[in-house]
Amino acid sequence: MYEFARGPLVWIAFIVFFLGLFYRLVMMIIQSRKDKVVLPYIKMKEGINSIAHWVIPFGSRNMRLRPAFTIISFLFHICLLITPVFVLGHIVLFQQSWGISWWHIPEQITNIMTMIVVVGGLFFFLRRIGDPTVRFVTSWSDFVLLIIVLAPFITGLMAYYQAFDYRTVITIHMISGALWLMVIPFTRIVHMLFFPFTRAYMGSEFGYVRNAKDW
Amino acid sequence: MEELVEKKVVDAGLDETIKKLTPQRIKEVVNRVLTRENAARLQVYLDTCVHCGLCAEACHTYLSRDNDPRFSPVGKVKETLWELVKRKGNVEPEFIRNMARIAFTECGVCRRCSMYCPFGIDIAYLLLVVRRICSLLGVVPQYLQDTTNSHAATSNQMWVNQDEWIDTLQWQEEEAQFELPSARIPLEKEGADVMYSVIAPEPKILAQLLANMAIIFKVAGEDWTMPATDGWDNSNMAMYSGDFEIMGRVEKLHWETAARLKVKKIVMGECGHAFRGAVYDGPRWLGWQFPPIPMVHAIEYYYDILSTGKIKIKEKYKEPITVQDPCNTVRGRGLGDKLRYIMNTICEDFRDMEPRFEHNYCCMAGGGTINCGPPWKRSRMVSNKVKAEQLKETGAHVVCTPCHNCHSGIEDIIGHYNLGLHVKFISELLIETMEIPEELKV
Repeated sequence: MYEFARGPLVWIAFIVFFLGLFYRLVMMIIQSRKDKVVLPYIKMKEGINSIAHWVIPFGSRNMRLRPAFTIISFLFHICLLITPVFVLGHIVLFQQSWGISWWHIPEQITNIMTMIVVVGGLFFFLRRIGDPTVRFVTSWSDFVLLIIVLAPFITGLMAYYQAFDYRTVITIHMISGALWLMVIPFTRIVHMLFFPFTRAYMGSEFGYVRNAKDW
Repeated sequence: MEELVEKKVVDAGLDETIKKLTPQRIKEVVNRVLTRENAARLQVYLDTCVHCGLCAEACHTYLSRDNDPRFSPVGKVKETLWELVKRKGNVEPEFIRNMARIAFTECGVCRRCSMYCPFGIDIAYLLLVVRRICSLLGVVPQYLQDTTNSHAATSNQMWVNQDEWIDTLQWQEEEAQFELPSARIPLEKEGADVMYSVIAPEPKILAQLLANMAIIFKVAGEDWTMPATDGWDNSNMAMYSGDFEIMGRVEKLHWETAARLKVKKIVMGECGHAFRGAVYDGPRWLGWQFPPIPMVHAIEYYYDILSTGKIKIKEKYKEPITVQDPCNTVRGRGLGDKLRYIMNTICEDFRDMEPRFEHNYCCMAGGGTINCGPPWKRSRMVSNKVKAEQLKETGAHVVCTPCHNCHSGIEDIIGHYNLGLHVKFISELLIETMEIPEELKV
């Protein structure tokens, strides 16, 4: 199982991930042409302006209205995206397999970053249960997605601290990581891909067409 | 607990029409709208929404109803579109009735929520998709459907006949001449600089606004005209009832009338949704990227004549006054700064609202909600609690509303919450404060 997770599964996961994202992107473009009122109104400048206001912490009024959420959400997303790419363990595997390597973040720091992801995820989990507004629009799939996202980070931490049987834990870590990559294009986590596009479109509709701000 | 039990509103437009629905018809219409009439936006928005609930605090209905989850923008989408998609249109007539109640009477499609969604999901568009489905199924609040029927039959919103239209203009010309003898309402003047268009409630119930404009145009020295034919009405309730075919017809006639009169631009009265229909939704339905002739909203026009000195203020308005930023001209055109320039030029004691500009709370009258009529007024008033508080906090005695829907909606709020405010259009303030040159008075 470990060999399968280390070898073929990684390939499958990356292929599904990249082909899946590519498929979603192409479908989005085809559908945008069909939805005739989208493409003619998208403008680079206003689109980027809107994206900038929404990727800079406290750049929008909504973020300023809820500072705690903004900080947790930003930390969660930044650590979630950066940690897997720059964690030493992953780079070592790439070096062993393909002989390529790149700069890595010291392990003490990636450890903390991983914990931030787990704590952030836990916060989102509790928010789904505790906040009536969020609970109302939450279905079981939201919890499943959250578990899929958090599983590689939790098992990664367990592997680092050698909790339980290392080989079992690291195998689960690899499988959950592969699963995470594979579900991205086909679930709501696809917001990772669509964010710049939906934002740029709305930014253009507000900024270019309507001379107004959308942040 | 009493408040939790809402009385069911009786509305023949919903109660009687759902009796005629069959499962096949519902499924057919839902699938047509979801798969054939809509594409990228619907698909991407539904897939991108992570159910985070961050849009909730954008909505005045949610805030006014003590953060009731059903009134958050995403909550409304959940109870309508998510279910339709999940059940592939296999829903019962009662579900369609609820859908219509939510989309027509509990959302003003003001688009404030798209400024609070991190992804910029156009939630108002999603609710308009719901309205479209309801409209094709014939399930629309009766009063709102009546305005659409009027558009279809008379090309204006309020069943005004052509003779009544011309007669009203001539009557108001005389009224204006009583104040300013040289004032005129020029009809059918080909090649004028400006065609002035209004919404049908002006000739129907607020005719004095037409006389006001005759005086303002005279003092500003404008070369203007109004059509004597259909096409004078720039309002468009069909846009909000979901009858886009009628919406397109109304807008086409409006633009063709301007083209027939060979005017350089259209100036329109103080109305927000009419601007939206004429400049955005109408042209897009007709396949034009932008309107064929420039369309200038009253706010922009007043700004121009005040800032260029075509009209001078004799004595500023004294009463403490605040201003309502209408969704379709401030969020929809960025006219907030010009509106404040006007307020500060005309008024001595201008007190701004909080939140303001694009972030102002919706009046909950636009978007067709006030046109759903008396049966829904109580519900509308409950949804207006934050608006009432916001108005009260300004400490103003008068509120200026450069939009007809905001105007009527805020009048209702003032009555319901006993705020003791007065509501005025900019044109009324101008008439009270502007300087009329002596040479025009003969």
